[in-house]
Amino acid sequence: MTAIPSSRQRERPGQSLKWIGKSLKRVEDPRLLTGQGRYIDDIDRPNMLHAAVLRSPHAHARIVSIDVSAAAALPGVVAVLTGEDIARSTGPLPCFANPPVEQRCVALGRVRHVGEPVAVAVAESRYLAEDAVDLISVTYAELPAVVDPERAISASGEAILHPERGPTNIAHQRRFAFGPVDQDFGNAARIVRRRLRWPRSGGQPLETVGAVAEYDGASGKFTIHMNSSMYNYVGWLVALSLGVAAHKLNLVPTMAGGSFGSKIFTHKVITLAAALARICGRPVKYIEDRIDNLMACDNHGSDRIYDAELALDANNQMTGLRCKVIDDYGAYFQFGVGHHGNALSQIVGPYRISSVDLEIIAVMTNKCQQGAYRGFGSEVANFVIERLADAAADELGLDRVEFRRANFIRPEQFPYKIPTGNLYDSGNYGAVLDETLRMLDYPGWRAKQAEYRKQGRYIGIGIATCQERSVFSATEFWMLNNEPGFALSSSPEGVSIKIDPLGKVVASLQAPFWGNSPETVATMVLAEQLQIDPADISVTYSDTDHGLAGTGPGGSRYTVMVAGALVGAANIIKEKLFRVAGHMLEAAPTDLELRDGKVGVKGAPGMEKSIADIAMHAHFFRLSMPDDPTLTSGLDAAYTYDHPLTTLPSDDRSDLGIFYPIMGHMCHMPVVEVDPSTGKVSFLDYVAVHDCGTLVNPMTLAGHVRGGTAQGIGTALYEQYHYDENGQLLTASYADYLIPTAYEVPQDVRVGHVETPSPYTEYGIKGGGEGGRMGAPPAVCAAIEDALRPFGVKIDAMPVTPAKLRGLIRAGKAAA
Amino acid sequence: MRRHVVRVTVNGRGYERTIEPRMLLSDFLRHELSLTGTHVGCEHGICGTCTVLVDGVATRSCLCFAVQVDGQNIETVESLGRVEAMSPIQRAFWEKHGLQCGFCTPGMLMLAVELLRANPNPDRAAIREAIGGNLCRCTGYQSIIASIERAAELLRAQEEAA
Repeated sequence: MTAIPSSRQRERPGQSLKWIGKSLKRVEDPRLLTGQGRYIDDIDRPNMLHAAVLRSPHAHARIVSIDVSAAAALPGVVAVLTGEDIARSTGPLPCFANPPVEQRCVALGRVRHVGEPVAVAVAESRYLAEDAVDLISVTYAELPAVVDPERAISASGEAILHPERGPTNIAHQRRFAFGPVDQDFGNAARIVRRRLRWPRSGGQPLETVGAVAEYDGASGKFTIHMNSSMYNYVGWLVALSLGVAAHKLNLVPTMAGGSFGSKIFTHKVITLAAALARICGRPVKYIEDRIDNLMACDNHGSDRIYDAELALDANNQMTGLRCKVIDDYGAYFQFGVGHHGNALSQIVGPYRISSVDLEIIAVMTNKCQQGAYRGFGSEVANFVIERLADAAADELGLDRVEFRRANFIRPEQFPYKIPTGNLYDSGNYGAVLDETLRMLDYPGWRAKQAEYRKQGRYIGIGIATCQERSVFSATEFWMLNNEPGFALSSSPEGVSIKIDPLGKVVASLQAPFWGNSPETVATMVLAEQLQIDPADISVTYSDTDHGLAGTGPGGSRYTVMVAGALVGAANIIKEKLFRVAGHMLEAAPTDLELRDGKVGVKGAPGMEKSIADIAMHAHFFRLSMPDDPTLTSGLDAAYTYDHPLTTLPSDDRSDLGIFYPIMGHMCHMPVVEVDPSTGKVSFLDYVAVHDCGTLVNPMTLAGHVRGGTAQGIGTALYEQYHYDENGQLLTASYADYLIPTAYEVPQDVRVGHVETPSPYTEYGIKGGGEGGRMGAPPAVCAAIEDALRPFGVKIDAMPVTPAKLRGLIRAGKAAA
Repeated sequence: MRRHVVRVTVNGRGYERTIEPRMLLSDFLRHELSLTGTHVGCEHGICGTCTVLVDGVATRSCLCFAVQVDGQNIETVESLGRVEAMSPIQRAFWEKHGLQCGFCTPGMLMLAVELLRANPNPDRAAIREAIGGNLCRCTGYQSIIASIERAAELLRAQEEAA
């Protein structure tokens, strides 16, 4: 095992803090509440054209011919372009898989899923563009549709989606062993086995993906407004697709109306809009409509079948985990099996499991490809280990709560290396569990459950004790590949700040607003660092021309990373403030301190200068300061913060290295009632306690927990991208893809917090953006099972729709 | 396509535009009048993001042609308040964290306006009923319901003070 790098933490946890830890109202909100958010579709450009795409009606077909003549002849239509037309100037989209799988922004010769763009019309209005799309005539030669992931494994001939990668639809297959697997299973007193099915769902933010591209033929430069989350990280890859140097592409972020992972890159839409703007010589707006987004957003979530086994010793201790997982990746493979890399960061959950055997079989089918959705694969691993924990407790006749507690990694064991090589930096799982039980009044609900049961009502209490890895590094994208490919290992976050001549502060982020609170977080950390009023800080978003190295939000990293960058930049600014103030106050900089918007001499009240006075001096009175070339005019700083704790995997991959160590934890306990006659599940109570280290803003964190919980409930009970045997997406509207409304979620998700600070991050902050969805699905399934114990119902597959639950209840009754 | 003259009052101001009959009210507001506070989420009438008030009644502007509202009175989020002078409902959403990404928010705000005009003292069940047809993907709704409850308090206090 690799050594654990030493901590680079500068701001220690446990300080007395003025702003961090307070529920500051969000600084983003007033403009959002007044309808002035400026989302992508609010961007308008003079002379702008509008694009609409023709979507493939077939799951798998060769494109024989495309006739665009009628569409092109329509008044107001500027261009109608096929994949071949686009490919003359624009190359394949970026792909992190190795070997890559070629994907185009408009299909070239072959369509591989329903909804894939086949042609695109550009017109004076979106209405006209859609009219034109209806006039495009395409002749297809249908190919066999591959839909079932297990049957995809043995598909051959015409059913192979990407023959250039070999005669198989297995995109990736590899088995990994960590720790003494054979010993743990050989010595096991009991092996618990389950076959578990995680359904394909997705982020489905209410704003779709879009881009407004302009191309300046004179300079050869693109300017593109877009709503990607990681534009500073991957913008250069879009430039490669367009065949231009990266500095000829300026990506300008707009506010994003939600992402939940699904806008992580958005490169297809950016590339398409850019290609069209260059061809047409006018600005082009392309915004997915909802059907585009449901069918072809490139960000469907994990779709997995697990054969999972948990070994237990004679003392009921979990020892080994063995899984074979088939994952239906859909038609393309943009992130390779990065999702399984992610899951390996916390695959043993909060439990002392000493070995892991994991075989991954990633298959290609005729569906929209997988991308990112809140959890990025780790939420599935949470579901698997929690379902196994429940199954083990039930088989052993043990209480599900106490069985978990007896298997927890103990507080004194941190930092704790799990078998895969990842590190859990800190934790106190018993404390989170105790707080949850207290808030829920667990004994009280057990008593009520028995009482209700006498009345013929079926109440269940569920539990999930899950990990919430945070602060994504980058090795997960490639470390499971047979040949690594692009073996990136950076995930920095930069920030620049300046103090203007009147003493107000501007911070420029290298990441967008994606629905969370980046401005609020930056404001709170800067107010703390500079001891100034939050009202004196404003936050902007850099475009790629002006951006520093940055990664952007994803993997619950942004709060930790931007805090690190801000601390670094603030330290530079403070040093300069103290130099200038020291000169003004005739004091040594080391004798100075920040106090409430001023710099003063320690121990000398009144001996001080306001930041505004110092700033004016620094900006405009150079000749009043020492003639020292290291002292320059102005007050600004830029700082790039690298991941606080990450290492490379070993060459043989017996140790994946430290790649997701800032480890949060949660306990979710829902109380549900199931109506056995209808299969409806309703919530009577719900407690969610999270430990995300030092709290930055309890109000916004609680917002994430509640929103994530609602999404987890959607995954557990309602949502599915459901494809029929022909590869038609049957849930291609919100009438069929069922997002929970106010009626399907608990009335009050009661949120609690435990704070176990990270020893590695500034102030001890951990990420908390994904947590709710990473815990709710197993907790809800556990509660349903608990409610239906009289029928012996086992929940192995989601979504647990009323119809499916009725089937399970009927089968349970028949067996009884 | 034959074009039609449409005269509407939006947020107290009269507008006249000549448009195609197929133009959706949502597109009319956003693209003809540049009132981009009204957002479009699904364009098939499910999510409710595009909700505006037509003669005081909450209406999905993506399910409505602009020619249908000729002569009527439209209210959008832009009618409520400005950044420096937000309405009580907006202030309540701010205070109670009733939004995250802000995209569904204009629709939720307009539902709150309609509800609180009819019922100044709604209980949580009435608030849930009022917003039950609109989707929010960020909040889990709890903070939206709390926001509207708080908005009712603020409006009643304002009423009493007046």
